Amino acid sequence: MRIVIIDDSGARAVVLEEGLRDAGYNDIHVVPPRGAFVARLERMAPDVVLMDLGNPSRDTLEEMLIVSRALAKPIAMFVDQSDESMIGAAIDAGVSAYVVDGLRKERVKPILDLAIRRFNAFARMQAERDDALTQLADRKTIDRAKAILMRTRGLSEPDAYTLMRTTAMNQGKKIVEVAAALITASDLMGGVS
Amino acid sequence: MTPIRIAFLGLTDAAVLIAAREKGFAEAQGIALELLRDTSWATLRDRLVYGQVQAGHMLAPLAVAVTLGLSQQSCALSAPYKLNVNGNLLVMAPDFAAALEPNTAVRLTDPLATAHDFANAIGLHHRKPVIGVVHRFSSHALILRYFLGSAGIDPDRDVVLRVLPPSLMVEAMRAGEIDGFTAGEPWGSGAIEAGLAEAVAAGERLWQRGVEKVLAFRTDWMERNPETVDRLLQALAKAAVWCDDPANRGDLAQLLARPDYLDQPADLIERALAGRIVARQGEPPLDLPNFLLFAREATSFPWQSQALWIYSQLVRWHMVEPSAERQARAAAVFRPDIYRRALAGSDAPMPGASMKVEGAVAGPLAIGVPRGAITLGPDGFFDGRAFDPDRIEAYLADLGWARGQA
Repeated sequence: MRIVIIDDSGARAVVLEEGLRDAGYNDIHVVPPRGAFVARLERMAPDVVLMDLGNPSRDTLEEMLIVSRALAKPIAMFVDQSDESMIGAAIDAGVSAYVVDGLRKERVKPILDLAIRRFNAFARMQAERDDALTQLADRKTIDRAKAILMRTRGLSEPDAYTLMRTTAMNQGKKIVEVAAALITASDLMGGVS
Repeated sequence: MTPIRIAFLGLTDAAVLIAAREKGFAEAQGIALELLRDTSWATLRDRLVYGQVQAGHMLAPLAVAVTLGLSQQSCALSAPYKLNVNGNLLVMAPDFAAALEPNTAVRLTDPLATAHDFANAIGLHHRKPVIGVVHRFSSHALILRYFLGSAGIDPDRDVVLRVLPPSLMVEAMRAGEIDGFTAGEPWGSGAIEAGLAEAVAAGERLWQRGVEKVLAFRTDWMERNPETVDRLLQALAKAAVWCDDPANRGDLAQLLARPDYLDQPADLIERALAGRIVARQGEPPLDLPNFLLFAREATSFPWQSQALWIYSQLVRWHMVEPSAERQARAAAVFRPDIYRRALAGSDAPMPGASMKVEGAVAGPLAIGVPRGAITLGPDGFFDGRAFDPDRIEAYLADLGWARGQA
């Protein structure tokens, strides 16, 4: 069975392709949705096409599925009407699948299940990376604010941190918000931070 | 508060939905409105059809097509409210447009002459021109086909229509993959500002009050939640009046420009809102006061004759086999009955009829309605034809349509 993944984020396609190969599928191609990708896709004559719901090129793909004369068999979006939870899971995960006419449901379902799991895993990975980046940025802000307090009020590093933490608790704010406000105030007062 | 999720695409004509959320009109009706931005019509359609959102900012022809089973999963949709009329530009690369009338004001004012120039330009072009359209079932594609057809150009033979999402049009122009495109604003103005294209036609001059985006529901959901639907429509009607008020234009442009909405420069967005269109890079703007309408002249009223015009064009271009049953289903996508029920107690203009002959109003026309009078704007097609919803076959015959001929 030939599976084409249309994706321009290299990482997500890799995650999905690995999963499919581990599950024993070996005729897998990744096509970025750029330029003449529709012509490439026609030549490949895929049985299954997987695409991220957030990909703006879905309309281009669907148009090709309507007008293509090169595809021997019509391809349509795969939706298992008997399985409503699966439709929801696919949309939540951001997966759309198109399959050739006549491909049995039992053969498509494991592929879609796997794609949903892999898309979700990828989204988690991205969220964790974003969290890590935010944490890094927060730490830099807090360090800058701490340095201002140490310099202007002659505090030790632990005392400067404790002061910000106490202020944050008293005001019901996050410590990074207090730190950012302090930096802004210091900048406005002409302080060199 | 009743939570409602609505999917939209980042286009200027999503303004009424965005204003309803951001300016408190939804909240005042007890609706917690959540807007979900999509980047393709396919995904917006899927979210609506599979119930992930309760309503969508949808291309009117797509709502008809989904109902008729022409776009993937068949599903009965209903449009009780139009979010705007007009608002699109057809732009072409300067090398193609060089064969057209050089004065852009004249070019936009006389679309019939421009269409004939366009036919000549096709012959002079080094290849079959590739024109980007946002979707097969878009008002843009249907009116472009109509425009080309008026000069004897066969849109399925003489040009290549390539489907691209609006957000990728400008890049495709830059890469030379397309020679022009038609899309909602601010994408046409974006290409003009970048010097990649110039305006060839404005939707407002092709069909003076052209059907564009609708608020589409799944019919079953709409029927089950009448009270919520009514409150939502009341909120949108107020938001639409706010959007149409010139005093709010700058504010609205800033709002739409935000990264979570259009993520485009406010000054580009304001061109469509103000009807001041720069047709070629560096030229002073042209005044097109009806470029994009949200509220006035009963803009939001879903005339069933407009759903039938869409149906007539789907038949004309062999996208659907004509039948009395399909025609009735297409007309029923537009729901003036729901509009009337929801807005009965409000100031919203309330036509008594549900159909009109499209293209028959030549100038501002006051019509009597149950409460006072409302004014309809001119709704002509540039070729002077009128569409009588009771005589679709004669209309198609007049356009040279023949059954089964591809």
